[in-house]
Parts: sequence; structure tokens; C-alpha cells
Amino acid sequence: MARIRIEHLRHSYVPRPARESDWALKEVDLEWADGGAYALLGPSGCGKTTLLNIVSGLLRPTAGRIFFGDADVTASPPGERNIAQVFQFPVVYDTMTVYDNLAFPLRNRGVPEARVDSRVREIAALLDLESMLPQRAAGLTADGKQKISLGRGLVRSDVNVIMFDEPLTVIDPHLKWRLRSKLKELHQRIGLTMIYVTHDQTEAMTFADQVVVMHEGTVVQVGTPVELFERPRHTFVGHFIGSPGMNILPCRLENGVARFAGVAIPTANTAAETPNGARTEIGVRPEFVRFASAGIPVRVAAVSDAGRHQIVETRHGDTVIRLLLDERDQVPTVAAHVSFDTAFTRLYVDGWLAG
Amino acid sequence: MSARTVNQKAWWLVLPVLVLVGFNAIVPLMTVVNYSVQETFGNNKFFFEGVKWFEMVIHSARFHDALKRQLLFTAIVLAIEVPLGVAVALAMPRRGVWASVCLVLMSMPLLIPWNVVGAIWNIFALPDIGMLGWTLNRAGIDYNFTRQPVAAWATLIAMDVWHWTSLVALLAYAGLSAIPDAYYQAAKIDGASSWAVFRHVQLPKMKHVLTIAVLLRFMDSFMIYTEPFVLTGGGPGNATTLLSIDLVKIALGQFDLGPAGAMSLIYFLIILLLSWMFYRVMTLGEAE
Amino acid sequence: MKRMTWLVPALYIVFLMLPIYWLLCMSFKTTNEILGHFTPWPQNFTFENYRKILTDSTWYMGYVNSLIYVVINTVMSVAVALPAAYAFSRYRFLGDKHLFFWLLSNRMAPAAVFALPFFQLYSAIGLFDTHIAVALAHCLFNVPLAVWILEGFMSGVPKELDELAFIDGYPFWKFFVKIFLPAIAAGIGVAAFFCFMFSWVELLLAKTLTSVAAKPIAATMTRTASASGYELGLLAAAGALTIVPGAFVIYFVRNYIAKGFSLGRV
Repeated sequence: MARIRIEHLRHSYVPRPARESDWALKEVDLEWADGGAYALLGPSGCGKTTLLNIVSGLLRPTAGRIFFGDADVTASPPGERNIAQVFQFPVVYDTMTVYDNLAFPLRNRGVPEARVDSRVREIAALLDLESMLPQRAAGLTADGKQKISLGRGLVRSDVNVIMFDEPLTVIDPHLKWRLRSKLKELHQRIGLTMIYVTHDQTEAMTFADQVVVMHEGTVVQVGTPVELFERPRHTFVGHFIGSPGMNILPCRLENGVARFAGVAIPTANTAAETPNGARTEIGVRPEFVRFASAGIPVRVAAVSDAGRHQIVETRHGDTVIRLLLDERDQVPTVAAHVSFDTAFTRLYVDGWLAG
Repeated sequence: MSARTVNQKAWWLVLPVLVLVGFNAIVPLMTVVNYSVQETFGNNKFFFEGVKWFEMVIHSARFHDALKRQLLFTAIVLAIEVPLGVAVALAMPRRGVWASVCLVLMSMPLLIPWNVVGAIWNIFALPDIGMLGWTLNRAGIDYNFTRQPVAAWATLIAMDVWHWTSLVALLAYAGLSAIPDAYYQAAKIDGASSWAVFRHVQLPKMKHVLTIAVLLRFMDSFMIYTEPFVLTGGGPGNATTLLSIDLVKIALGQFDLGPAGAMSLIYFLIILLLSWMFYRVMTLGEAE
Repeated sequence: MKRMTWLVPALYIVFLMLPIYWLLCMSFKTTNEILGHFTPWPQNFTFENYRKILTDSTWYMGYVNSLIYVVINTVMSVAVALPAAYAFSRYRFLGDKHLFFWLLSNRMAPAAVFALPFFQLYSAIGLFDTHIAVALAHCLFNVPLAVWILEGFMSGVPKELDELAFIDGYPFWKFFVKIFLPAIAAGIGVAAFFCFMFSWVELLLAKTLTSVAAKPIAATMTRTASASGYELGLLAAAGALTIVPGAFVIYFVRNYIAKGFSLGRV
């Protein structure tokens, strides 16, 4: 069991990086407590897989250090780090049976056969694979194979951390939730540190205690799902999380009060002072926008039915403001006003939460 | 991929191919069949003889000898070229400039006209003035491929290995390149040794290309004509007279149409049969 | 241990290059030097052999002839294979599987079996000793190969592309030439490469079907070796020149070699 600490990590795939854009990871400092369930969330290309591979030892970072507990493992190969990794598509040894697949990591390390047998059966029971042990691994379905991948990681008793690199990508949609629940159950039973990389916010939010949101090689915010939802520290986080994402409105700051379309918008936070030329914006989630008798004048542009609620898209000039309505509510015909819940309306300067 | 639709008009698209290949295949084959069952005493007069030529060929010692030599040759070259090609492919860099350099240099023997291949090795192995021949004789080995059957065989096999191993290597290389990195990464995490990686990751994934490589090498080595012909002419004596060489001697050299025809058909059938058997054996373990 | 693995391909390539080096060596030596005694490199470097070949029409015409029938064959094989491959890739029709296997079986036919019949056939239709005869004869092996390779590439193009074009009102030929062919350009390249390769290297049929007018370089070379004794230098130079087109072609397709082989369709 170990705490993972990442210090001043930077990584570039280019041998002699010259520009900012040559760096896949720009500056990462993180600490993960023992036994937690973490998610690395971000769009494609944000550096999350790079970070994962550095933690597992498959990649040596250009700069920075990683500590497992108190030991500096930056130079250690994966075999010595006591980690396990589950990849995007199932990696199984086709020619071997399920049993032999699970036994493989132990046999490679010279574990006595009796112990191998007990461990394999123990993990197979945990993963509901017992009945399939004698079958050839190649014949299983995608979710079965991913379970084998997972099992190969769990079967080693010295494993500290299990990493998942978008493991549900090839699983059928109706089986995804089953595997996800299994992972959550496993985490509660075994208590290993689990790091889950994904671009799917639902997966991240349901799995993790803490989510690390990444964007273009940097960590933008670390927090619980609720924190990320209610108090995004960056407009990217607001925009990326939630469906639909946060509304971002450009605004002008006059005497500490934000104004949009001539209307004063009270915000939960204020900016001390703004440097000249800074971009000021207001962020508010559609969940906290309401139709009102007074406020920002808008016209209704489109309505989409999302099951139990409706997403109403309104416009003021070029700016789009979305809000949610209960499915039974009436949508105003054309012209209306919207107002925001002040507690959840925030001011952003140059993308970052002000104050 | 959506299923293919039934459309009989597709035959029009296939027609040119059918005509071209059919013309080249059916007419000559019919000629061959014709000859195989007829006897001629010249003057374009033919007499139907039934299976006489087939019986003669099947029972002829000459045919048996040529067939035995051919089987031995094919077995030896397969046993050398396949492992060697795979070993080279495994050891080659998978990315970068050196990979391209390797690929280009390795492909060269494959694009040399077959008679030139024979000529190259002929010049190379000449006992007193060829680089190989001179070196071997200087090193104390009595080597003369034009007079000694063993030397002729050794040179012939060396030539074929030189000529065709690259095909196996290129195919194996392509198969290896198709293996996603994740497999190697997982194996590293599982603590697998290089041998285990080869046995459990690389070899299974190369099965398809290796099947093709073995089949191709089997067929082509069984049909080989030009290279050995230019190198040794089938000699010394008939030590290196393989099936094709013998057939051409009979057909174009002696114009023994009947035996040539019969031998041709038997030859073709042997190849088809052995290829089919090989194919079945190699795809035996494969699931759908 | 890992560091030494480069030794394997290195040694292998040395093995491959040695006979070629020797060939080049010989081509730059005079006959006297060759027959005199063994020298690892030319003591009296000479271009005489090459000069002879490039100025003597009985020699250089051999190259020209070979190139002519190879190009004719490549163009013919690919052109004819394209519609057929499309049919196999997109449609099911009566006897399609059998037809496909029959085509492939021709690849397994020993050239030796066809030597005599081809000789008689092409003589009978008056095409003996023409480039077109060799080009046609090589179609026996190259067309099935081209169909096989092209069908593989075509199957990688989704059928939706065809359907979209038809919905948009494209007549079939326009769709084929303007939309489909560019989509499988790599496949056409690979097929053309292999057709070129097999036709350029094949000797038996090329020699059998020609005598003077369309004599390929291969035949000219064998005449030299047997008839006028050992003009080894000349022979070596001629051989060296035959490697040149191949080297050119490999250089141009070097990026596609792995991709083409990876289709596993050779």
C-alpha cells in the first residue's frame, strides 16, 4: 500500500522540445492518498494517458519525480513498481486458458504452484470467472476478457495500485454499468488505490472519490464530483462537466459588479482587481437558470426533450444561454427573461475562477 | 461491413479476367491433358493411349528420383528459411530510419530476375575465381559445385536461402508490426521474459502471416526452375535435377509430349494436394 | 543481451550484400583480370563491360524488351483485375467462390507445366516472339495476384461510399474512376508493384515465347554464358544492370512495403 506523489512532472515526446506545444505534460504536481479511487478526466490529447503510463513506469518522464510512499520510483521499470494496468482493449494471452492467464504473473515471479492455485481461484471467485477457468481465453466476450486483464492485476498480492486506461471503450453499452459496478465493488472490498483514466464524465463521476481534470497537459482541478460540478475552478471544467455544460457569458466588470447586456448580474464571488485586457466571463449551469419576469432579455431558440426534463436554448444576440425545465412546464413562446441563482453564478477571469 | 448483395450482372465485371486467365490456363491445360493420353509418331498423327503415360511416369525411376530430390530440397529450404526469416524480423528495429534501410536492403534479392540470381551465385561460387569458391578452397575445403553433388546441393540451398528468406522476413515483420503496443506493455507488467513474450504474444499473432509465408515458400520452392537451372543446369549429372527442370527437359528438350503431359498433370496435382494438406494442418487450431 | 539483437539483421544484410558486391566487383574487372587470379576488388578498374552493353543493341535491347512486356503486363493485369476485384468485393453471384479459388489455383501452377503448351499456343496464333505474348502469358499468374490484392483493399472501403455515390446520381463508371479508385490508390500501387516484380523476374516463359525480336535480357545473358565461353565481366555487368529497375521500384515504394505485406495478401 502506498501513497503516490508526483513532483514537478513534465514530459515531452519530442527529443528536443522547443515550444510549449511540444510538451505533452506541462507541469503536474499531484498527491494521491492510499486506497482511494481516483479518476483522470479530460478530452483526447490532454495528457491523461501519458500521465498514467508515467505512473505505471511504461514511460520515463522528461523531468520530475514520482514517489510511491517514500521511495523514488522514477527510474524503476513497471515490473518493480507493483502496479497493474488494464488497457483500452482487452489484452489476454489467446493461446492460454483463463486459468493460465490469471496464473501467468505469479508463475513469472516464481510463486509456488499451490499458492498460485489458491490465488487464482480466489480472484476468479471475486470476478465471477470461476466457471470459465478451463476455457480458452480467446473465446470470451470483451467484458470477460477485460475481467481477465483485471484479474491478472489483482492476483498478485503485492499490488499497490491498479490503473485503468479507458477500460470500458470496447464493452457493449448495456454491459458497461455492470463492469463499472464491479469495479466499484472491488474497490470497496479490497481497498487498493485505483486510478481510472477516461474522457467520459459519467464514468469518472460515478467511480471516483476524487477527480483530476486535465486539459492540454495541465491539471486544471482536483476535487470531488460535487465540487467539480458546483464550483468549477476553470471554465473548461464547467464546460466539460455536466450535460449540457455550463453557460459561459462574456461580461464587463464595472465597479466590481458584472454586467451582461446592460443587466447587472450578482455573482457568488468577486474579483479583487482585474488586469487590463483580461477576459471576464460569467459561468452558470443550466440547472441554476430560471425564466423570470425580469433579468436578461432572451428569445427562445430551440427546445430539446431529454426525457424527464427539457433543455431550452435561448439566445441573447449571439450568446447562447441554456436552461432546464421540468418536462411538464410550459416553454415561453418567444421572448422572455432569464435570471440566475446567485449562489451558483461565478465570475471567471481569463478562464480561472476569480478571487 | 455490410453484406454483399446478390447480383448476377457482376459476371460482366469478371468477364475480362475470366477470358484472359482462362485463355492462358484452360487451352494449354487441355493441350496437356490431350498429350497425356495420346501417343504420336510424328506427322501430327495422334493415337489415344489411355492412361499408358500416367502409368509410365508414376512407375519411372527417373520421376521418383526427381520427386525425391524435390521433396528433400523443399523440406530443407523451408526448415532454414522460416525460422531464419522470423528471427530476422524479430530482431529488426520496428521504427525509424534504420527500419527503412533494413527493409529496402532486405527486399533487394526479391527483385532480381531469377536467371541473374543463378548467375550471381554461379560467379560467386566458382571454385578458383569466385569469392566464395576461392575462399572455401583457400580455407582447406575441397569445394567445386560443378563436380561435387554435395557442394552443388549446398550452393543451391544457400542460393535459395539468400534469395527468398527476405520474403518470410518481410511477411513476419508485417505481422509483428500489427501487434498493438499494449500487449508488450501488459507483458512487461506481468513480468514476462523475452521467451514468454515470443511464445505467448508474438508467435500467436503471427500465425496468419506465417501460414501464408510457409504456403508460398512451399509452392514456389516446389516449382523452382530458373535459378537452379542457371546455377548448375541440373548437374553434376542429375544431382540437382528438380522436378521442373526434369519436366522441361522432357517437354522442350526431348519433345516427349506424352510423358511430358502426364508428368505435368501429376506434378500439378501433387502441388495442389500438398498445398491443401499444409493449409489444413496450419489452420487446424484456428477458431472461427 | 538486448543490445546485441541488431547483430542479427546486420549479419543477414551482410550475407545478402556479399554476392551483390561480388557481382559489381566482377563487372568492373577486365576478363583478363578475372581469369587470371582471384582479387577481392578490381585492380584495373574498367567501365568497358558497361560501355559494351550500353552501346551494343543486341544487349541493351534486351532491357528494353523486358521493360516493355513488364509494363504492358502490369497495366493489363491491374486494369482487368479492377472490375473483377470490385465484383468479388461487393457482390455475390453464381459460382463466385469457385471462381475465386480457381483464380488462386493458377498461382500454384508450375511454369514448367505451361512452357510447352504456351509455346505451341502462341505460335499457333502467330504471337510467337512478341512482347504481347509474354505480357499475356504472365497474366496467368499476375491477374489472380492482382485480383487477390485489390479485393483485399477494396473490402476495406465501406460499401456506404458506393451507396452514397449512387444516391447522389453518379453513373457507375464515373463513381468508379473519380471516387473509388482514389480510395484504393495504395492498393493499386501494391498490386502494380507485385505484378511488376513477378513479371520482371520470371524467365522460363519469357525465354520460351521469344527468340529475337522480343528477346528479354535474361535470354541474352544466358547466350553469353554458354556460347562465347566465359565473358564473365560482361555477364556481371549485364546482371548488375538488371538490379537497377528493382532498386528504383523498392526505393519508391519503401514506405508501402510493410503496409502491403501486412495485408497478408502476397
